[in-house]
Amino acid sequence: MTARAAGRASYAGVAVAVPVTVPYRRYSTHGAHWWIGRAMDLLVERSGVAKDEIDGLTVSSFSLVPDTAVGVTQHLGLSPRWLDHIPTGGASGVMALRRAARAVQAGDADVVACIAADANHVESFRQMLGGFSHFARDASYPYGSGGPNSIFAFITAAYMRAFGAEREDFGRICVAQRANALRNPNALFKVPLTIEQYLDARPISDPIHLFDCVMPCAGAEAFLVMREDRAKDLGIAHVLVRGAIERHNAYADDPVLLRGGWRLDRDDLYAQAGLGPDAIDFVQTYDDYPVVVMLQLEDLGFCEKGEGPAFVRTRTLTHDGDFPNNTSGGQLSAGQAGCAGGFLGMTEAIRQLTDDAGERAVKDAKVGIVSGFGMVTYDRCLCTGAVILGRSS
Amino acid sequence: MTMPLMKPRRKNPVLRTRQMNLPPFARGRTALGMTAAAAEGRFALQVCQRCKAVQYPPRDACHVCLSPALKWTPQDGAGELLSETVLHHSNDPFYRERLPWRLGLVRLEVGPTVIVHLHGDVPSPRSNDEPVRVHVGARLDRAGAAVLIGFPAEESEHMADDKMLREMTSDPKFRKILVTDGKTEVGQAIVQALVKAGAEIVWVGHAEPWKKLPGFDDITKLPQVTLVPLDLTNGRSVTELAGEIGGKVDIVINNAEVHRAFGIAARRGTDAAKAEMDINYFGLLRLAQEFGPALKARSADGTTHAAAWVNLLSVYALSNYPPHGTFSASKAAAHSLAQCLRAEMRPSGIRVINVFPGPIDDEWNQNLPPPKVAPASLASAIVKALKEGIEDVYPGDVAQEWVERWRENPKVLERELSAG
Repeated sequence: MTARAAGRASYAGVAVAVPVTVPYRRYSTHGAHWWIGRAMDLLVERSGVAKDEIDGLTVSSFSLVPDTAVGVTQHLGLSPRWLDHIPTGGASGVMALRRAARAVQAGDADVVACIAADANHVESFRQMLGGFSHFARDASYPYGSGGPNSIFAFITAAYMRAFGAEREDFGRICVAQRANALRNPNALFKVPLTIEQYLDARPISDPIHLFDCVMPCAGAEAFLVMREDRAKDLGIAHVLVRGAIERHNAYADDPVLLRGGWRLDRDDLYAQAGLGPDAIDFVQTYDDYPVVVMLQLEDLGFCEKGEGPAFVRTRTLTHDGDFPNNTSGGQLSAGQAGCAGGFLGMTEAIRQLTDDAGERAVKDAKVGIVSGFGMVTYDRCLCTGAVILGRSS
Repeated sequence: MTMPLMKPRRKNPVLRTRQMNLPPFARGRTALGMTAAAAEGRFALQVCQRCKAVQYPPRDACHVCLSPALKWTPQDGAGELLSETVLHHSNDPFYRERLPWRLGLVRLEVGPTVIVHLHGDVPSPRSNDEPVRVHVGARLDRAGAAVLIGFPAEESEHMADDKMLREMTSDPKFRKILVTDGKTEVGQAIVQALVKAGAEIVWVGHAEPWKKLPGFDDITKLPQVTLVPLDLTNGRSVTELAGEIGGKVDIVINNAEVHRAFGIAARRGTDAAKAEMDINYFGLLRLAQEFGPALKARSADGTTHAAAWVNLLSVYALSNYPPHGTFSASKAAAHSLAQCLRAEMRPSGIRVINVFPGPIDDEWNQNLPPPKVAPASLASAIVKALKEGIEDVYPGDVAQEWVERWRENPKVLERELSAG
């Protein structure tokens, strides 16, 4: 793997900038185009780049159906020379960045807007579950219609049995993220969470309880990708891409998902960045369920497989701790705005590395990792990806 | 272990009768292959004809070698329970009304990992050193779509009474059942089998009370049995009976039939053919118009809710058997109507079971050589279908062979039958 990575082009010279969050709402009558429009408006306003100069666009959204990214161009009056539609949920942020980075490196586009947005009406979530994928329609949704809750209940129970994890271990992740969320004005959850409250919460799908689940909401996240020299010319605060990986349908023969595709590609990731897990100052893991955070800690090399529970027992996961994780509060405490949940870690990492994270700033942060995980089409999540971002010198 | 189902208490007449919410029934066309097999009581998965890989969820290309030749093939269902969960929350009305609900993740020995409804007698996995063996089977759910079920490796006494499993079946236990004709040997055998299976009340129709037929006294002595006047040729008779018991019937078994052994040329006129149609086709239509709505209205009415409708058809409904040509035609008409009935009952979760026997060992098949289906075997096949949630039943060797030949090539079968 490492040998082949040497032949793969680096992401040098790619800048990521202008993290935009359109404040979330639990329910909103607005449709996906409205949220995408708000995000684009904010990107233009905060970057100072004129709308017509944004010549690349990626769109990630479930609720945009039946439109795709191309419908957005006409809706918003854009005429990009480069376009991609990336509705891969929790992996969409990493995937959008990788594609946009290559586009600006190759010169196919100069400034790419990467936007993720989803609407949330009172009926949206239930309707989305039933129509999420062909496999879900045929083989998981008819079984209780629990959506990903029951799938991750299987995975969590299997993980607990295999590695001796306790509910408290997952609780540590959730409680620390809530503490971070209290310093994020955009987080939907505004009150502290104690480990007792976590443990006493009502069961949803054993062993998943209420605070193991994200709250679906409406919202948008976005950022710009351009060449580093362009960002400098524009005087925009930006971060640099140090390395990036993705993988789909990894370990398909594992009977139950206890390891993710990051494991296959992490050597590439760290080799590209020229550093190891020890040099990482914070992580923005994908946190649809806390067991997934634990898988990422292991599969991205912060600890060995099965050591996740011990790791979270000995480390402090808050923004001011010795292992800051999901400093925005993550989806568990900020809310899951559909595909925008896959962008949340990216915008947060850009803020941390451009001194824009306010009172939840990670002190002296120079390098962070953003990890993505998306698309439960049947019994597991298929897409994994990760990006290492570094402060620009 | 599953606790035996207790006789439900009388329902509170003040409360509204609960209405049916079906479980999610959308499936892709490919996935319906699993439903087609489950409708006959089989658990089948697609097997690649090139590399033998077993597929699940249903696919259009082999996930190993990309071959499009995927054939639905019966499976033994042996597997290991990898994980379980109990749902305490659902976004779907059917499940919301039935929580908590147990689900399992099973690794089949043939390869795929499958999500199943998990039977209550399957133990929870404790450690990785003691794998929990399960047996996976397919059943039709209340929406008539196939779902997979994880059964315990060993059968237990009351496992049919499992709350989840009862949602997939129409077990006669504690149910009130109408058998439309008690005069025939088949009718009497059905009544006996239902009583043995724990039916609470069996109403037995008799069209001509003055006729004393052998065996009739034996069933009338049974405490569960009540005779009711019912003449399927007479719309008024059907309406009157429906008015009397329609709101209580949980299962209708329409076994009334007229069977005369003629083709076209062997008998002049249309009287015998009309008599066959009048019972076999119009009788079903009259019965369905009167009793169908009543069953639909009670399909979620407590643990012994209205559940099923059984039609005694004939394997001759699939392809005409010329020596019994007009009878075959009437059964083909009834089969077509039964498909309509099934479609109309589906939104309420009432299962329509069609039974296609070969020649029954009765007086109207006297001239046919064996094998013929004994009335008692036919009756037990019907009870089995109710208990296991089967939708299409081909009882007996003749029916099994016919349906196989018919599936292989209907034209070849027609040709063989016309050769006599």
